[in-house]
Amino acid sequence: MSNKEWPLYEVFIRSRAGLSHRHAGSVHAADAQMALDHARDVYTRRNEGVSIWVVRSSEIIASDPAESSAFFEPAADKIYRHPTFYEIPDGVENL
Amino acid sequence: MYTQGLDQKGEDAGRTAETAERLAAFQARIDAEEKIEAKDWMPDAYRRTLVRQISQHAHSEIIGMQPEGNWLTRAPSLRRKAILLAKVQDEAGHGLYLYSAAETLGTSRGQMVDDLLSGKAKYSSIFNYPTLTWADIGAIGWLVDGAAIMNQIPLCRCSYGPYARAMVRVCKEESFHQRQGFEIMLSLSRGSEEQKAMAQDALNRWWWPSLMMFGPGDSDSKHSAQSMAWKIKRFTNDELRQKFVDVTVPQAEFLGIRVPDDELEFDAESGHYKFGEIDWQEFFDVLAGNGPCNRQRLQKRQRAHNDGEWVREAARAYAEKQRRKAAA
Repeated sequence: MSNKEWPLYEVFIRSRAGLSHRHAGSVHAADAQMALDHARDVYTRRNEGVSIWVVRSSEIIASDPAESSAFFEPAADKIYRHPTFYEIPDGVENL
Repeated sequence: MYTQGLDQKGEDAGRTAETAERLAAFQARIDAEEKIEAKDWMPDAYRRTLVRQISQHAHSEIIGMQPEGNWLTRAPSLRRKAILLAKVQDEAGHGLYLYSAAETLGTSRGQMVDDLLSGKAKYSSIFNYPTLTWADIGAIGWLVDGAAIMNQIPLCRCSYGPYARAMVRVCKEESFHQRQGFEIMLSLSRGSEEQKAMAQDALNRWWWPSLMMFGPGDSDSKHSAQSMAWKIKRFTNDELRQKFVDVTVPQAEFLGIRVPDDELEFDAESGHYKFGEIDWQEFFDVLAGNGPCNRQRLQKRQRAHNDGEWVREAARAYAEKQRRKAAA
């Protein structure tokens, strides 16, 4: 059964111009055009989108959650990257 | 929701020993209201519970198209027909959101469909009752979708991210379903004597099965406690059932139809309605496959699946041909 299954596509939808595409879910489809058609029928029945991206799920490369603390660690101790790190004396404005 | 790619990897991750330490760390994340995502480590039992619950939920949406589809060609007006068609399409959509969420846990769509068709997987008992009159379409929207909403709103806060997100989408659409059902009941109850009688008859037949939708009582519910600890469930079956009775009885009064329960009465002290004993034997019979329509529902699904095989096959062949053309 599974080797005959249509491949899985991840679906990303831009809800209106000015916003970025956002992951909505997935659909099975035989090819890319069908994936777009299915994504439209499944995820935008109430005008939820003005643009759809689909991508084969197997093409997505994801970071490993088990390694996430090590992976994101370099950012953790660099608090000077945030404006709140800096002390500004009273009386200084527009900074 | 990209589990297929992670699937093989997930296999290994899943096999990692469930040490006390890991289980405690997992429970701590749950207790801190952190969401669990597809590739995160999780106990096998958590994964299995979710696959069972989400796929059952998906199957219910898919099978749930049948009782309503039964009235598509006989809807009393074009308006009603268009609305019912949109609702049945939504049910298909809900099934697909949910299959998509369940697949993130590493079970393939094909496997879930096979389990439904073989009778191994269950779906909600309510869809094994027949829709005998047009009023049943009203009663289903009002009661069955009303009960589903009660159940599903807390699931939007479920600890498993993909399920919670799918439920947000489902809940948004479900409220249209309930309102269109109530509107049908309202039209009938303000209509002729025959129409009123139809509305009453539908309530008589759907009331108790709707209460059963919340599942067995808390003392008999085998999955409840663990699911609550994992924050898959937020309220017990009995709590949700009580809530449903409390909001629905006044709606029936508004419609001027009688809830078929002689023991139903408002208890001013607790602020809740007291209601009669549910016939659990009926519930277990229907669940075991002996409801009025179990066999018909599965046969119909099996037939639709078989009849669609050549389409799936042709689409695959066409996609393959296009790929080869593009490569050449």
